Amino acid sequence: MSEVASPLPQPHLGRRLRRLMADQPIIPLIVLLILLCAVLQLLSPGIINPLWVANTIKFAIPLALLAGAQTLTMLTGGLDLSVGTVGTMAAFIMATQIGHHDPATTLALSLLPAVLIGLANGVGVGIFRVHPLIMTLGTGLVGSGILQVYQRTVIASGSEIPPFIVWLGTGLTCGVPNALLLFVPIAALIIFVLRRTGFGRQVYAIGDNEKASRLSGSTYWQVILALYVASSLLAAIAGLLYVGVIRTPSLTLLEPLVLPSVAATIIGGTSIFGGRGSYATAILGALILRVLTTLLTVLQMPEGLRQGLFGLVILLVTAIYLRIIEDS
Amino acid sequence: MAVTTSPLLEATGLVKTYGAVRALRNASLSLRPGEVHALMGANGAGKSTMVKILTGALHPTAGKIAIRGVERKVRSPADARRAGLVSVYQEPSLIPDLDVLSNLRLTHTPVAAFRHWVDELGVPELDLGERARDVPLAILRILDLARALAIEPDVLLLDEMTAALPANLAEKVLEVVRRQTQTGRSVIFISHRFLEISALCDRATILRDGETVGVVDIGPDVEDRIVELMLGERILRKHGAAVAAEARPQAQGKTRLSVRNLRVGTKLNDVSFDLHDGEVLGVVALEGQGQDELFAALAGSIRPSAGVIEVAGEAVKFGKPRDAIERGIAYVPGDRSDALLMHRSVRENIALPFSAGVRRWGPINMGNERTTVLRAIERLQIDTRAQGEVRRLSGGNQQKVTIARWIAADAKTILCFDPTRGIDVRTKTQIYALARELAAQGKSVLYYTSELEEIQLVCDRAIAIFGGRVVDVLPVEIADELALTRAAYGLPRDAAADLGILADPTRPKAAP
Amino acid sequence: MIAFSLRQSWVIGLVVLFVALFVITRFIQPAYGARDFASLTQAALPYAFAVAAQTVIVLAGGIDLSIAAMMAVTSVTAALLMKDQSAASALYAVPLVLAFGFALGALNGILITISRVPDIVVTLAMMFVLQGVALLILPSPGGGAADWLKALVVGSLSVPGIPESVSAWIPHALLLVVIAVCVVWIPLKRSQLGLSIYAIGSSELAAFRSGVPVARTRILAYGIGGIFAALGGLTLTMSTGIGAPIPGPYLLASVAAVVLGGVALTGGRGGLVGPIVAVFVLRLVRTDLTLLSVDPNVTTIIEGVIMVTVVMFGALLAMQARST
Repeated sequence: MSEVASPLPQPHLGRRLRRLMADQPIIPLIVLLILLCAVLQLLSPGIINPLWVANTIKFAIPLALLAGAQTLTMLTGGLDLSVGTVGTMAAFIMATQIGHHDPATTLALSLLPAVLIGLANGVGVGIFRVHPLIMTLGTGLVGSGILQVYQRTVIASGSEIPPFIVWLGTGLTCGVPNALLLFVPIAALIIFVLRRTGFGRQVYAIGDNEKASRLSGSTYWQVILALYVASSLLAAIAGLLYVGVIRTPSLTLLEPLVLPSVAATIIGGTSIFGGRGSYATAILGALILRVLTTLLTVLQMPEGLRQGLFGLVILLVTAIYLRIIEDS
Repeated sequence: MAVTTSPLLEATGLVKTYGAVRALRNASLSLRPGEVHALMGANGAGKSTMVKILTGALHPTAGKIAIRGVERKVRSPADARRAGLVSVYQEPSLIPDLDVLSNLRLTHTPVAAFRHWVDELGVPELDLGERARDVPLAILRILDLARALAIEPDVLLLDEMTAALPANLAEKVLEVVRRQTQTGRSVIFISHRFLEISALCDRATILRDGETVGVVDIGPDVEDRIVELMLGERILRKHGAAVAAEARPQAQGKTRLSVRNLRVGTKLNDVSFDLHDGEVLGVVALEGQGQDELFAALAGSIRPSAGVIEVAGEAVKFGKPRDAIERGIAYVPGDRSDALLMHRSVRENIALPFSAGVRRWGPINMGNERTTVLRAIERLQIDTRAQGEVRRLSGGNQQKVTIARWIAADAKTILCFDPTRGIDVRTKTQIYALARELAAQGKSVLYYTSELEEIQLVCDRAIAIFGGRVVDVLPVEIADELALTRAAYGLPRDAAADLGILADPTRPKAAP
Repeated sequence: MIAFSLRQSWVIGLVVLFVALFVITRFIQPAYGARDFASLTQAALPYAFAVAAQTVIVLAGGIDLSIAAMMAVTSVTAALLMKDQSAASALYAVPLVLAFGFALGALNGILITISRVPDIVVTLAMMFVLQGVALLILPSPGGGAADWLKALVVGSLSVPGIPESVSAWIPHALLLVVIAVCVVWIPLKRSQLGLSIYAIGSSELAAFRSGVPVARTRILAYGIGGIFAALGGLTLTMSTGIGAPIPGPYLLASVAAVVLGGVALTGGRGGLVGPIVAVFVLRLVRTDLTLLSVDPNVTTIIEGVIMVTVVMFGALLAMQARST
């Protein structure tokens, strides 16, 4: 610490700890994850085994993909609440169209609404400057209406889930979830784009200080538009994967994951005010949330308390980050 | 009313610190009943902090405020109001979306008295049902004043009350303010205009560097005394600086940036100048004379309402900062928090315009970026020990980062807005040297500064802006602090007693 | 005076729009009568209170994303309090629920003031918390409501002396809205608090300098919003007879109606009448689509698109207001 602060007075322990949290959130997050696992093992001995680990990862991956969507938008001070609808649409369209078209066309069809909703979000937020929460809530609502109508038109033809999707969603190879085959490249891509490209730099710049980013030549709406389309595509992929896990394409497939995805991103240290955070920690956040959910289930906590708890976590973590930003 | 020496309002030993920064160290003000008292000071002397403390918007770190000899804690503007101290700010504090009548009700102002004062101030046909937003700014200020007068405060604080008022209204205001004192009430009057001060005020308190350095009685030829107090001993240093300036080779390059009759809204009225390659052109102005608008227009942040900007002989129109950047114009804002990504690293901040700048979304050549950033860091001698987040750097190093960014991006014209505000002496000298170095390389620099001594240290020429117009162009040899201060206050270059010229600072200088 | 009539013209325009839509409705369905109108107002009731809540908060320069969740919480609370109870029980249940709403709203305001976290984030978190709380109070739809309360929102007025053909067009539900507005809004708007709400929404700095207690006013504005939200929750229980813990689509609808009602999302500008008329306009559009036998799901889509467009339009206006 001394080489950082030699001209300044030595900060005391609490502040240094907070600074560590702000700089390297990955360390406290790993500690937290291990701690939660330990508590779980204590409450229900023997629960932790290779299969449980593989299962936890399997369920955490769709959540982590949605957290990716939230990370992207949150880094610019936004949020994407339409991910639930978008992912559900993708999964539902895929399951109902696979019987009529070849896989490539089906994939294209199922990603199409995602792109459209992403574009709508991007236009609303980037050009009209609607608050992202309101905008994505609105497009989500419209999207779920469209999904309802669509469901009526295909209700007779039935649905199926291609074996490949099931294999990807639930299968294990040598104890390792197959979903990692899809997830690892995507996660690597997101991390690369955010860290090593001009686009990623602009995302952070806009989130940190929009005025400064403008003064150094960024164009807000272009970045935002691209970002919300990317966010929607991630949600669609999450939907396709999750339907392989759940194996029934319901009309509310992904809705239960929306709030946890927001919470996972915030726990992962991404600031809801934008400009700070990374995808790697958001993945950890998703894992923590899965373990926490298991823990709450073991403790037989009712659904309402769980939701309330997530909300409080968001508020508390945001308030704490605000203090960290101001103090250190 | 007997003339007593017991003050109506007395503030003593006011101190206000923000972390390590001391905005006020030892400010005081003593206001006699029945006087108009000017509060003066150069930019950054602590005037506005003092006003905020007196009106309850800020709490002093130390010091006492006594009203009629009773010590009072003024915690909010509402408190100040109850204590009999009402202020009228430069920005009217009527609620824009409420009609005038509701505004009066909000502040418990008697309507009849308000109407009386509006009449006195010479505003005809006032519609109380009109929304404040729809009232012209000049009238709104008058209404704000009438509202303050209507509750008959013991102390009235007027902050730049007459700025941007048409002459007839300004005259009325001064007349009414003067009359206030006949009933034993007092006025604290803040203004940049010597003419008004000498016509209206009885005494003046002068602040310098957060300290009260003198209280003078207003009389003939008091301007020189006030200017002297505002500058302090700095006036003695002018010779060294002048020598430095004379040693500078006077090279005149091609015209890089040419501004003709530029007008922006109501603040900037008519500004023309040329900026040449290899030149550092200084800009001096008191606060709020249109310099912010000038820089914003040149940087592409706001659109001018009239006039022409030419870059290398070509007329340009900037819709957004990117357009200006594409023309090689870089803007270093005065407020570092407007320029920096406070939570990002030094490297990302410096690399922003060239790694992620105009239309560059692809992968970054990290090796290349590293070299460029390191070169810029080295050149500016940025202390990068705390490089993880820019907000942890010292102010001086932060400022260097904002400049380094444009050196790394190789901008041709750099607009520096008060680049040395609030930074240490060592960094200041480095920034002076840097500005000269850039000019030596053929780049052009527009350099606004609130520290007048810098003009002779850094610039080749200086323009003075007052009331949104260029009132003087000074060659560096004569641009010492005294001359610049006089120019910035719109006073003629030669000490002339003819106040007729002062009355209209916008008028071109006539022969005395 | 010109400015005055301009401000009113938006509301007048909305009323004209409503009348025009009504004529269209009669044209599509000549049998559309008083009874249908009564059920329209009944359906519009929770929306009207949701938008009233949002209006007060937006006028004060804030926004409340937890409105729908707050309605769910107050609705299940009311349903639980009145379950299997005597008719008189409602006499204490109603004020209790209203006070609860005020407390929830004020809590939002206090959290915003103390934590300094932006309103939109605080109320988002509170939306999640309140959704959870609603589920804790009543895990599945249930509870009950006093019969006389239920009767308050069903049917139309019958006053001796006024011909049935006239009084039939004054549904109880409409009366309830009018009374609530008269009791809460009109005194508020004329009071110092009402002025202060407009003041902090219009310009916080000018308000502070004019001596307005900014923090207290903000908390009270959220509290009053909470009262309206509680009224909305009550009417939900009153018209269904039970409480449902899942929030309805009131959040987006409230924001859209606020914008359509001529209230600036930046705060300080507008009134309560406009947004409430806007609610009725939006409901009548839905009725017309239904009468045209448009698929109800398509109707939802059209409604959603209208709301999103209206909000985008409002944001555009706000952006222009900021840039001038």
